[in-house]
Amino acid sequence: MSKETLSRRTFLKVSGTSVAATAAVIVKPACAATAAPAAAPQTSHTLLPYVPKSVASASQMTQGQPLVFSYPDAASPCVAVKLGVSAPGGVGPNQDIVAYSMMCTHMGCPVAFDSGTNTFKCGCHYSMFDAEKSGQMIAGQATENLPRIRLSYDEKTGRISATGIDGMLYGRQANVL
Amino acid sequence: MDNQSDRITLPPVNAQRTNMTCHFCIVGCGYNVFKWPENVEGGRAPSQNALGLDYNKQLPPLAVTLTPAMTNVVTDRDGSRHRIMIIPDRECVVNSGLSSTRGGKMATYMYNADGLTRERLKNPRLYVGDQWIDTDWDHAMAIYAGLLKRTLDKDGPNGIVFSAFDHGGAGGGFENTWATGKLMFTALQTPMVRIHNRPAYNSECHATREMGIGELNNSYEDAELADVIMAIGNNAYETQTNYFLNHWVPNLQGGTADKKKQRFAGEATPTTRIIFVDPRRTPTIAIAEQVAGAGNVLHLDILPGTDVALFNGLFTHVVEQGWIDRDFINQHTNGFDDAVKTNRMSLEDASKATGIPVEKLRTAAEWAYKPKASGQMPRTMHAYEKGIIWGNDNYLIQSSLVDLVLATHNVGRRGTGVVRMGGHQEGYTRPPYPGDSKIYIDQQLIHGKGRMMTWWGSNNFQTSNNAEALREAVLRRSQIVKGAMQKAKGATDAQLVDVIFDATNKGGLFVTSINLYPTKLAEAAHLMLPAAHPGEANLTSMNGERRMRLSQKFMDAPGSAMPDSLIAARIANTLKAMYQADGNATMAARFSGFDWKTEEDAFNDGFRQVGQPGVAKIDSQGGATGNLVTYERLRAAGNNGVQLPVQSYTGSKLVGTEMLYTDSKFDTPDGKAQFKPAPWNGLPKTVAQQKEKYRFWINNGRNNEVWQTAYHDQYNEFIRARYPMAYIELNPQDAKELNLAAGDIVEVFNDFGSTYAMAYPTKEIKPNQTFMMFGYVNGIQGDVTTDWTDRNVVPYYKGTWANLRRVGSMDDYKRTVSFKSRRFA
Repeated sequence: MSKETLSRRTFLKVSGTSVAATAAVIVKPACAATAAPAAAPQTSHTLLPYVPKSVASASQMTQGQPLVFSYPDAASPCVAVKLGVSAPGGVGPNQDIVAYSMMCTHMGCPVAFDSGTNTFKCGCHYSMFDAEKSGQMIAGQATENLPRIRLSYDEKTGRISATGIDGMLYGRQANVL
Repeated sequence: MDNQSDRITLPPVNAQRTNMTCHFCIVGCGYNVFKWPENVEGGRAPSQNALGLDYNKQLPPLAVTLTPAMTNVVTDRDGSRHRIMIIPDRECVVNSGLSSTRGGKMATYMYNADGLTRERLKNPRLYVGDQWIDTDWDHAMAIYAGLLKRTLDKDGPNGIVFSAFDHGGAGGGFENTWATGKLMFTALQTPMVRIHNRPAYNSECHATREMGIGELNNSYEDAELADVIMAIGNNAYETQTNYFLNHWVPNLQGGTADKKKQRFAGEATPTTRIIFVDPRRTPTIAIAEQVAGAGNVLHLDILPGTDVALFNGLFTHVVEQGWIDRDFINQHTNGFDDAVKTNRMSLEDASKATGIPVEKLRTAAEWAYKPKASGQMPRTMHAYEKGIIWGNDNYLIQSSLVDLVLATHNVGRRGTGVVRMGGHQEGYTRPPYPGDSKIYIDQQLIHGKGRMMTWWGSNNFQTSNNAEALREAVLRRSQIVKGAMQKAKGATDAQLVDVIFDATNKGGLFVTSINLYPTKLAEAAHLMLPAAHPGEANLTSMNGERRMRLSQKFMDAPGSAMPDSLIAARIANTLKAMYQADGNATMAARFSGFDWKTEEDAFNDGFRQVGQPGVAKIDSQGGATGNLVTYERLRAAGNNGVQLPVQSYTGSKLVGTEMLYTDSKFDTPDGKAQFKPAPWNGLPKTVAQQKEKYRFWINNGRNNEVWQTAYHDQYNEFIRARYPMAYIELNPQDAKELNLAAGDIVEVFNDFGSTYAMAYPTKEIKPNQTFMMFGYVNGIQGDVTTDWTDRNVVPYYKGTWANLRRVGSMDDYKRTVSFKSRRFA
């Protein structure tokens, strides 16, 4: 499992508004995916085969320190944040750890996390999303809220895993390629 | 419908592809509609889908805008089911592939019996007894046209009242303004008509037109060429989004400097600056500071209603400084000296009136009007909207602004223009209004006038000034008719018409709503007629740079819904037949000329007939060259269309007009622009009285995410979850003082009415000021707007004062609604 925490400053730098920087984030993510996803169960199903993936330990998450990971594959950058206040879908001891796609649903530009307000902001067309309110668009040009990564939390080990996605990722026919 | 919304169905390569101009705001972004059988889908490989995109891998940013909201499944009248996808057109010069949050939802808002549009009116509905029942068009017309005839025959057209759209886009279009206009003005000949957003039949731009300057006189490209943009009472990011993102922002970022150098040889191209005139720090100002740098943005945050003082102060100052174009004034204008005399106001006095420090006023004048280093006058584009249109005396503000613009020659030169930004698109073609004065229709209704009221593609229960008084009167008068109808058991159509007519003798009002949805008017209406919108019908409109396009029909309207043009024809043809049956040839002739089978017939009958030999006068934004425009030629012109007026049809192409007045010949009898004296008079008495009694200025307006009355949006969880109620932004200190927290419900009240809103404390709002969503479905701001209007019956929607009172706390809102700042920083 490879992961990387970035200071807010670095994160904002990576998530700049230039397309070059954007492409760098997405085409060559800072972290590669783990082993190939396990094969989907051989049953009829209508849900996409999201494969759970461990992304962090609750104890390593600190407020103001976003943790970048990818889910459900290497080409989909995501970020987990500890909000300091409990939020819908939040996990961890205080139910305040949430995760979202880093790709704006409007046109796929990277959203930057503002730890001062717990919001995500897109520098391309100025959409903003509230991390405390399930990724609700505060204002902007998207037609969908920011996709929220469903998380599960193992109280015994403190592991936080991604288990699925609420909402559609930018630039895909389906969330699972 | 896939509730997961984590995948979409791609269009196959052979999907039908048509053009669509966005239904909503004035900008009119170009979109492409794909339609294909429901059980077919395109593959992920670029050769397997109509988008030509490689969905085998993650697309890079900015490759496409394609979200679940841009897809839907529709059913045509033959029962066939198709998938549709409506995505922005990269080839369209207006938006270059960008979509706004409004246009991006167009596919969602097409009719789907299982979708959020399921509440659409499918067939006529009549209020019978105590309930709405569906009925057919013949029955509906027997009642509606029967009552029109009874009223006409009894006391002429004055008992027949309309509130109707006069514009383009959805709920408008050249076809529909012509058809409704021909019905109201030529056939019925009633002067008792108001426009959808103001209580009389009047222009929002009287002054500038009298000065010889039409309000849409430049191109969106001019915003790329301007040295300075003066943004007055507009909020472009939220209400003209892709005009701002695709044309203003590149200039503010310096991205159009080369273009300017190329166009204006020998002329300096200083860093682009932008000046905002607005009492409120808008979301657009916050974004402009991001893209241009705060040092290139000047915010003149004037006191409410003091625009005239500002422009008169600047006008006097530039005249004193000599930053005016004497040659232009002498050769191409009249009335300069009178305006200088009447508008005279020192910067000190202007500062006192507007609350803007003198130094800031001086800086604004230097930025916008001081000759450039290379000697030429700066190219300053003045763009205004509802801050002026709905401001403290529409007529006087426009006069004072255009005086300043004329003196500095900021019209008719590329990179300039004095233009309104616009709300919806335009699409006006009508016979002349059959009256010689402006009638304040709402007051007529309140005072018991009129027998029949038809709201056509409009909903003034949510969007008028003094709205509570209007609703109270209409509901009370409607109830008189409802009571009479309820007693008319077993009545024939003719007998029911008699019953209704008798009820109107007793103060009753028969109310009809012609619309896509029931809307709030269903509370008062007796009859509802189902209309169609673009995509279900062909429709032409023009945008804020006069760019005309054809939105092509690609699906059937639900049930028996029809485009407004054919509804008007149906009404006229019914009346014609009724008069023929009476043997009244004279009246039958008045209702002739509606033998249209399609909306294209209506287009050819109106827009294309202007100025043709033997044709009576028609007021049309297409002018006398409208006859060069055909549906076929517009189809060929695609989403780039043609900018009106059309100059010629050359080489199989319509050739249009990018900018008006480049020859300095203006729309006056002698071709000279007219300065207009505009004295600063302070606040109107009615408004000043509210200000004296109540603490808070109730500023109000649109926001980015919601279109008009939320007629579609109210059914969309994306919007409803964000704005379950009209919000009112207020200063956090004021909120604290009133014991108000985010998500609390407040009553907003004054002498004119009372409404409710959701408290949204916002640090960018000044003390004792507020900003409330206008026209929303839950919490109607217009209830507290006064009945004051300017000389042309244009209301001062932006100017009212009220008190706030905490009503309660809504846990649901607090849990689910974001109350973070809507300003990007």
